[in-house]
Amino acid sequence: MISMAVLITVVLNGLMTGAVYALVALGLTLIYGVLHIINFAHGALLTAAMFAAFFAHELLGLDPYIAAIFLAPLFFVAGYGLQRLIIGPAAHGEDRNVLLVTLGLAVVIENALLYVFRADTRTITLSYAFDVVEVGPAFIPVPRVVAFGVVFAVAASLWLMMRWTDTGKAIRAVAKEKLGAELSGIDVAHIYAVTFGFGTACVAIAACLLIPGYYVNPHAGNAFVLIAFTVVVLGGMGSVAGALVGGLFVGVVESLSGYYLGESLGQIGIFAMFILVLLFRPKGVFGAPA
Amino acid sequence: MSRQFSAVSRREFLRTTALGTASTAAGLCSAPAVLRAQGASVKIGVLHPVSGALSYSGQQGRIGAVMAIEEINAAGGIRALGGAKLEAVLGDAQSTPEGGSAEVEKMHSAGVAAIVGGYGSSICLSASQTAARYDLPYIVDVGVVDSIVTRGLKNTFRLGPGFGVIAQTALENLVTINDQAGKPAKTAIIVHEDSAFGSGLAKLLNMQLPGRGFQVLETIPHPTPTRDFNNVVLKIRSQNPDLVIPANYYNEYVLLARTMLQQRVRPKGIYSVLGGAASSYKFVKEFPEAAQYIMDCNHWFDPKNPRAQAFKKKIEEKGEFYTYEVYMNYSCVLLLADAIERAAAADRAKIIAALESSTFAGHVMPYGPTRFVNGQNEGAAPVNTQVLGKDIHVIFPASFASATPVFPIPRS
Amino acid sequence: MKGLVPIVAAMALLGAVPVATSSNVVLNFLVVALLIALVGQGWNLLGGYGGQYSFGHAAFFGTGAYVTAILQVRYGVNAWLGFAAGIAAGALVGAVIGALSFRSGLKGSYFALVTLAFAEVLRIVASVAPITGAGVGTLVKLDLRSEAFQFQSRAPYYWIALCLVGVSLMLVRAIEGSRFGAYLVAVRENEDAAQALGVNTTLVKLVAMTISAAIAATGGCFYVQYFLFVDAGIAYGPWISIEALLVPIVGGVGMVFGPLLGALVVKTLGELAKLVTGDAPGLDLVIYGCVLIAVVSVAPRGVAGVVLVLHRRIQALRIAPPPASERRDG
Repeated sequence: MISMAVLITVVLNGLMTGAVYALVALGLTLIYGVLHIINFAHGALLTAAMFAAFFAHELLGLDPYIAAIFLAPLFFVAGYGLQRLIIGPAAHGEDRNVLLVTLGLAVVIENALLYVFRADTRTITLSYAFDVVEVGPAFIPVPRVVAFGVVFAVAASLWLMMRWTDTGKAIRAVAKEKLGAELSGIDVAHIYAVTFGFGTACVAIAACLLIPGYYVNPHAGNAFVLIAFTVVVLGGMGSVAGALVGGLFVGVVESLSGYYLGESLGQIGIFAMFILVLLFRPKGVFGAPA
Repeated sequence: MSRQFSAVSRREFLRTTALGTASTAAGLCSAPAVLRAQGASVKIGVLHPVSGALSYSGQQGRIGAVMAIEEINAAGGIRALGGAKLEAVLGDAQSTPEGGSAEVEKMHSAGVAAIVGGYGSSICLSASQTAARYDLPYIVDVGVVDSIVTRGLKNTFRLGPGFGVIAQTALENLVTINDQAGKPAKTAIIVHEDSAFGSGLAKLLNMQLPGRGFQVLETIPHPTPTRDFNNVVLKIRSQNPDLVIPANYYNEYVLLARTMLQQRVRPKGIYSVLGGAASSYKFVKEFPEAAQYIMDCNHWFDPKNPRAQAFKKKIEEKGEFYTYEVYMNYSCVLLLADAIERAAAADRAKIIAALESSTFAGHVMPYGPTRFVNGQNEGAAPVNTQVLGKDIHVIFPASFASATPVFPIPRS
Repeated sequence: MKGLVPIVAAMALLGAVPVATSSNVVLNFLVVALLIALVGQGWNLLGGYGGQYSFGHAAFFGTGAYVTAILQVRYGVNAWLGFAAGIAAGALVGAVIGALSFRSGLKGSYFALVTLAFAEVLRIVASVAPITGAGVGTLVKLDLRSEAFQFQSRAPYYWIALCLVGVSLMLVRAIEGSRFGAYLVAVRENEDAAQALGVNTTLVKLVAMTISAAIAATGGCFYVQYFLFVDAGIAYGPWISIEALLVPIVGGVGMVFGPLLGALVVKTLGELAKLVTGDAPGLDLVIYGCVLIAVVSVAPRGVAGVVLVLHRRIQALRIAPPPASERRDG
C-alpha cells in the first residue's frame, strides 16, 4: 500500500522533523567535537530554553522567532558560564567526571524548572500556527517550514564562522590538536567555553523553533536527547555538515519506519540504523577517518 | 532519571516545632513532612508522583487530597475520635515504583493509619503491595490496570473503575450514541499510548468493537512522549475512518488534536477513551477550536452533586484546573474519613473492615454508594462527556447528563 | 587471601544491620542501594577496569528481569531456576552485544552510544512484544514462600542482596589479581600497546563484557523478586543505565569497593536531600544534583579514592622515621 503521495508526504514530514533534530544535534556535536564530552545536560538546556521562549511570549508578547534573536546570545552567555565556571573546574580534566557533572547539571536544571514553574504543560497559540503550506501532496504547517529554513541558515552561519573567523579557527585548532593549540597561545579554557556557548545558543534557537508547534514542561527536552545523540554519532562527532545531513536523514528514517511499523515499534528504525552504521562505519558517516 | 504545592513549607515547620528538631536528629528513620494539627490526630499517607514524568498528575492529585483533609478538619475532624484531626503525611513517589514503595515504608514507620494515592498503575501496584506487608489500608486514587485488584490483597481498595469496566462502558455508550444518531459510524482508528493503560484498553476495544458492528481500520500505538503526530494524522487522513478513538496522556492528546486540526482531518466523531485531554478544562480553555465536539469516556465528577460543584468553584478560585486527579483524590480521602469514623479508631485492621463494608455516598463521583468486592468499588464507572461551546458536558448516563450528544460532528 | 579481608569485614558489618535495627525503612533503603551497587559493580568491571564505558547496561539488567519474570509467570518455572536463567540470558546478551561492538572496533564514545542504542532497541521491542505483556508489563504473583524466592520479612531479601554483592566483590577482587585482570587493565591503559604485546584485546573485552552483563542481570533478576513487577521502562529504561555508571564513578572507578561506596553515598544523599527540603516537588533533586557536582569536583577519583588517600596518609605517618634528636647514632 505504498502510494506515491503518501510516501512523499511522509518523507517531507521526516525532513521537517529532522531539521529540528539537526539543530539540537548541531549544538551537541560542536561540544563533543571540541571538548570531547557527551553533554548529558543538553536536553535540560533545551527545556530551559523552551521555558524562556514561552515566557518571552507570555510576558513580553514576543513572537518566538523574534525571541530567538535575544535568547541565542543570552543562552550563549549561560553556556559559556556553565562550562567556564562549573563543568570545566569540577571535572579536573577527567572525561568520566564531565559525564557526571553534566548529569548532575541535567538533574539540577530540570528539577529547578519543576520547582519554580510546576509540572503544568504550557503551550502558546500563534495565529499562524495552523496555517499550512502546500508542498505537492502534503500540507506542511508554516512553523515547520520556517524551522527548516532557519536550521539551514544557522548551520551555514556556523560553518562560515568556523571557516573564516579567528574564533572559528581557534575552535578547530583546539578540536584537532589541543596541546598544539595551547602552545600557539590559544586560551583553551576560553575556547572550550565559547564552544559550549555556541552549542547552547543552537539549542536556544531550536527551542524557539519548536515552541509554536510543541509544548513545554520540565521534561519536554528529554524527548529530543537520545535522538540528538543518534544524529551526532551518525553524522560524525564534531561535523557541522554531518549533524545537518544526519538530522535530516534520521528524521526521514524515523518518519518512514514510524509510518510503516507504527510509531512505537517504528522508533526502532532509528536505533537499528544507528547500530548498523556504527558496526560498519564506526566513525559515523562524516566522521574523521580512523 | 531520572523525574510546588505544599500547605506548610518544610523549612517553616522545622524552624518552629520541636517535632522538626527531633525528626532532623532521627536522620534516615525520620518521618517525612507532616502538617501540624492540634491535639491527637490521625495520620494519613498522601502519596503522589510530584516529581518525574507524572509530576503534573501527581501535583493535581495531592491538591485534591490535601484540600479534602483541610475541609474535614475544618468541619470538626473525626467525631468518633473526639474531633481528632487528620494529618497528611506527604510522600513523593518520584514517578517510579521503587520511589512509591520507599515512601510507603516511611509512612508506615511514621505510623499512618492508611494511605491514599499512587496515581500511576505501576506505582500503585508496588506501593499497595508494600503496604500489604503491614496490613496497611491503601486506597488507589486512579491507577486503572485490572491487576491492581486481582492480586488477592486485602488491604487494597479502588474507588474508581478499572479499565475493564471503562472499556466496556465506553463501548456500550458508543453503540448507543451511534444508534441514536442513525448509525453514521462504521469504521474506526484507535490511537493509543503504548504503556499499561493504552495497550490494555486498545486490546479490549479491538476484541469487542467488531462484534458491535465497527470495523477497526488500524490500531496505532505511540510512545509517551511522542514528538510529532504528522504521520499518525496522515494515516488517519488516508484511511478516512468515521471515528478516531484516542487513548493517551494529556500532552500527546493535545498534539494529536492540534495536528488533526492543522491537517484538516475531520472525522464524524472523535470518541476518546481515557483521553488525556478530551475532558480536561485546561485543554478546552487553551485550545477551544481543537476541542470542539470531542467526546470522552473518562473519570468525571457528579455534576448534579452540590458538593462537587462547590469544590469545583473552590479549586478554580485557587487558579487550578478541576481535573480528575483532583476530585478523585478528594473523594478517596472523604471515603477514608468515613471509614475511620465508622471504625471509631485509627486502627488499620478496623479501617480495612470498615472499607470492606462501606456504603459511602458522600463522595463527589457519579458512582452511588460504594460497594467493595475484592477491593474494587463495584459501582464505579466512567461517564461520557462532550466538549460543547466552552464547557464540558456529561452526555451519558442520562441521570447525570447536562446535554445531549452532538454526533456526527456538524460540517460547517 | 589478604585482599579478601576487607570484603569479609564489610560484609560482616553490613550483615549485622538487620540484627541492629528492625526498621524496614532502613532495610528497604539498603536493599535498593545494594541492588544498585550490584549493577554498578558489573559496570565497573567493564568500565572501571576495562576502560570501556557502557551507556546501556539496562540491556543486561532488563534481560535478567524479564527472563526470570516471564519464566515464572508464563511457564511456571521455579523462581530460583528462573533467577539462574535470567543471569545466563543477560550474559548471553552481553556476549552478543560485545561481539558485535568489539569486532567492529568500536571504542570510547562510539562504544558507549552503541550500547545505549542496543538498550533502546530492547526497550522498544519489550514495549510492544506480547510475551513481555507489552505496555502492561509482567506482574509476578505474590507468593510469600522461599521456594518462590519471596519472603514475608525484608531481612532475607537484604541478606541475599548482601551475599550477591559480596560475591561480586570477591569476583572482582579475584579478577583484579589475576592475569586476566592485568590484561584488562592493559587494555584500559593502552589498547594498542597491549595488542602489540600479544594480548588478544578483543577476547579480553568480550569476556569482561560477558561477566559484567551477568552481574548486571543478577541485579535485574533480584529487582523482579523484590518488586514483583517489570515493564519496558523499568527493565530497559535509561534510569538503570545511568545508575550503573553513576555509582562506580562517584565511588571510584576501577576499585573493588567503588560501586558499593558510591551506591551508599548517592542513595544517602538522595534521602538527606528529601529530608532537608520537605515536600516541595523537585527541590530535593536540585540539592541532590548540586551536591553530586560538588562531590565530583572535590573527589575526582571517587569516594574510594579519597579513602585510599587518607589510608596512605595514615600509613605514611606510622612509618615516618623518628625525629633526629632521638636517634642513637653517635
